Amino acid sequence: ALELLKTHICKPSRWSCGPPAAEGNVQDEESDTRKINNSFLRDHNYATEADIISTVEFNPSGELLATGDKGGRVVVFQREQETKSEPQRRGEYNVYSTFQSHDPEFDYLKSLEIEEKINKIRWLPQQNAAYFLLSTNDKTVKLWKISERDRRPEGYNLKDEDGRIRDPSTITSLRVPVLQNTDLMVEATARRVFSNAHTYHINSISVNSDLQTYISTDDLRVNLWNLEITDQSFNIVDIKPCNMEDLTEVITAAEFHPQQCNTLAYSSSRGSVRLCDMRKQALCDTHCKFFEEPEDPSTRSFFSEIISSISDIKFSHSGRFLMTRDYLTVKVWDLNMETRPVQTYQVHDYLRGKLCSLYENDCIFDKFECVWNGSDSVIMTGSYNNFFRMFDRNTKKDVTLEASRENSKPRAILKPRKVCVGGKRRKDEVTVDSLDFSKKILHSAWHPQENIIAVAASNNLYIFQDKVT
Amino acid sequence: MFPKGTKRKFSDSREEPVAGGEDVNQSSLAAVRMLSSYSLQRQSLLDMSLIKLQLCHMLVEPNLCRSVLIANTVRQIQEEMTQDGTWQIMTQALSAANAAAQCSADRLVATEVLCRQTEAAQGEQVPKPFPVVGSEGCPAKEVLEEEAAAAEVGMTMSTVSPQAPTSYLPGTFGMDPCWEEEETGEDDDDEEEEEDSEECGSGSEGEERERDSLVEDTRTAEQVFGTFEIKNPAPSPDPALEELFSDVDASYYDLDTVLTGMQSVPKMGPYDLLESLSSHGPSPLSSSTSCRSDLNELDHIMEIIVGS
Repeated sequence: ALELLKTHICKPSRWSCGPPAAEGNVQDEESDTRKINNSFLRDHNYATEADIISTVEFNPSGELLATGDKGGRVVVFQREQETKSEPQRRGEYNVYSTFQSHDPEFDYLKSLEIEEKINKIRWLPQQNAAYFLLSTNDKTVKLWKISERDRRPEGYNLKDEDGRIRDPSTITSLRVPVLQNTDLMVEATARRVFSNAHTYHINSISVNSDLQTYISTDDLRVNLWNLEITDQSFNIVDIKPCNMEDLTEVITAAEFHPQQCNTLAYSSSRGSVRLCDMRKQALCDTHCKFFEEPEDPSTRSFFSEIISSISDIKFSHSGRFLMTRDYLTVKVWDLNMETRPVQTYQVHDYLRGKLCSLYENDCIFDKFECVWNGSDSVIMTGSYNNFFRMFDRNTKKDVTLEASRENSKPRAILKPRKVCVGGKRRKDEVTVDSLDFSKKILHSAWHPQENIIAVAASNNLYIFQDKVT
Repeated sequence: MFPKGTKRKFSDSREEPVAGGEDVNQSSLAAVRMLSSYSLQRQSLLDMSLIKLQLCHMLVEPNLCRSVLIANTVRQIQEEMTQDGTWQIMTQALSAANAAAQCSADRLVATEVLCRQTEAAQGEQVPKPFPVVGSEGCPAKEVLEEEAAAAEVGMTMSTVSPQAPTSYLPGTFGMDPCWEEEETGEDDDDEEEEEDSEECGSGSEGEERERDSLVEDTRTAEQVFGTFEIKNPAPSPDPALEELFSDVDASYYDLDTVLTGMQSVPKMGPYDLLESLSSHGPSPLSSSTSCRSDLNELDHIMEIIVGS
């Protein structure tokens, strides 16, 4: 049973102009409830577009949680340490660092804006006291270092405490600067900027298990970078046809294998996944494995291809399985079997009869992500109406939950939701026609070890924790 | 793009077009309408897709994945219509008209024109002038030029002729509540072969009439599209027809131009004319000046259609 641990509302960005009530600090649980229920943000009416969360990611230890938004900002949350004095605060995530990762740019050659929206964040495993993450917008990847500073040197000879240069004639004695404790400061600095390598929009980044390289992927190409080198990258996959007129398929996502540093997978808009081995040749245009499920002729329609387009792929933590998300389903593939998935889960099959409307309002192009839990036994993905779904691979049970303010009392237990697919609607069920398609959960993350999930709904971040110990 | 989808249901079930519907009388009309609903739906899906490919953000590069998926959908429909035989009829009509309208160099292309007509009796689709809101989907060098070009080019044309009313099939766009689905109208014309040219001919004759009266006509027919004169009529064997189909050829349906225009030098299809007007050089820019006077009106219509 999932209980709501904390709701964090993204603070309005500098471009917003909402009432002051919005800027209340969301720390105190009790007053939160009242504020949330009464605040004008209740229906996200005043939420600025820049605050819409576009990516969520835990770091490998689960201590940190990063979110990126459409305004180019990254907000990092840190989990509270367990303390004896306040045991109920264990496991809460509080804001640790906020920084502007990307700014809007203008491509003068094409006369087009480059959005600052953060498409993906990927953490590097922690190797020293500092934390490192990669964040990317459509064109540029940046490596950020997040470090704490709680000391600073004091007692310089040539400048005083404010930094002003001292008049040498007033210096009568020498002293040795000493490190003094200061308030904790968390700084984020951009250590590397990887730019000018992508003609098309970057949709994925993935850190290699060798911790030295990573890939960035756009619609037609996958580039391999060394984390230390910013002025060159290797193109390892290129599906651009000689004649753009012949383009019928694009790359939608790519990821490195979690253990094999030579293996990567990329998905396409045609519903296929290709596994590549970088040792075979420099350009991995030919795949080692090709995963595609034959189409079911009985469900064929004009929308078949669109709904087969894969929006996200994730290797299992074990490295044995691969999960793909297309518009209506989540599929789990065994890497040893290319012909069909080992499991297919229906996320919202009741939308199958509404594909034309969803095509009309562009919802059919929404890219939902999917995540594994730490033990690869449960998978989770989002849906509309702020619903998200979890599937237990062992028990074959599934549940639909809602991330909303109405049931966002802290420590409240989430109630399973149900969509009524026909016939009589029971109490508490939601009919398909009453689903709100503007409320979609595209991004979510699962703590690498524990049952803590982070779900992004528009500009709100919900963190849920399993009450069952 | 469109805030809410309409509740119109799209039935994927295939329905056989009526074979040999020679008798177009009242009693069988309803049955015929039902049976050709698949063709109607398919056509409206095609229209919707083509509009989606054209409408895009002016300032931000369009989403390539989405464009490719829509283009593939259009190709799919195109293939199916080719197998049906409806595609040939459509392109023949267009190319025939195009052949008659060769001297259109100084004429600004009106719009991407689909000339079609629903012929319930044959269960076929013949293209009919179709409103297309255009801003091209591709990078343009000058945003201002682009806007002007889009305003000029993305104009709606309707050729509803009061004499031979044909049904117009608005797509299921949902972006303008005034667009209503019309029932397939009766057609007094029993001749299949002449239908296209006649239909278009009679329709395009309406072009030469006063715009106001046509606008009224179309509005009484519950259509939002007025007819907007954006070209100078030129002497030709069939000026109205020429106007309609100037610079339009079957390459409008050529999705290659869609994707080509994004990345490379565009071919001079009617679709790409949009891009060429604003970006790549040799283009009939001279004709644009003659249309500036209509810009205010066109801007107004653009607002309505885009649904701001």
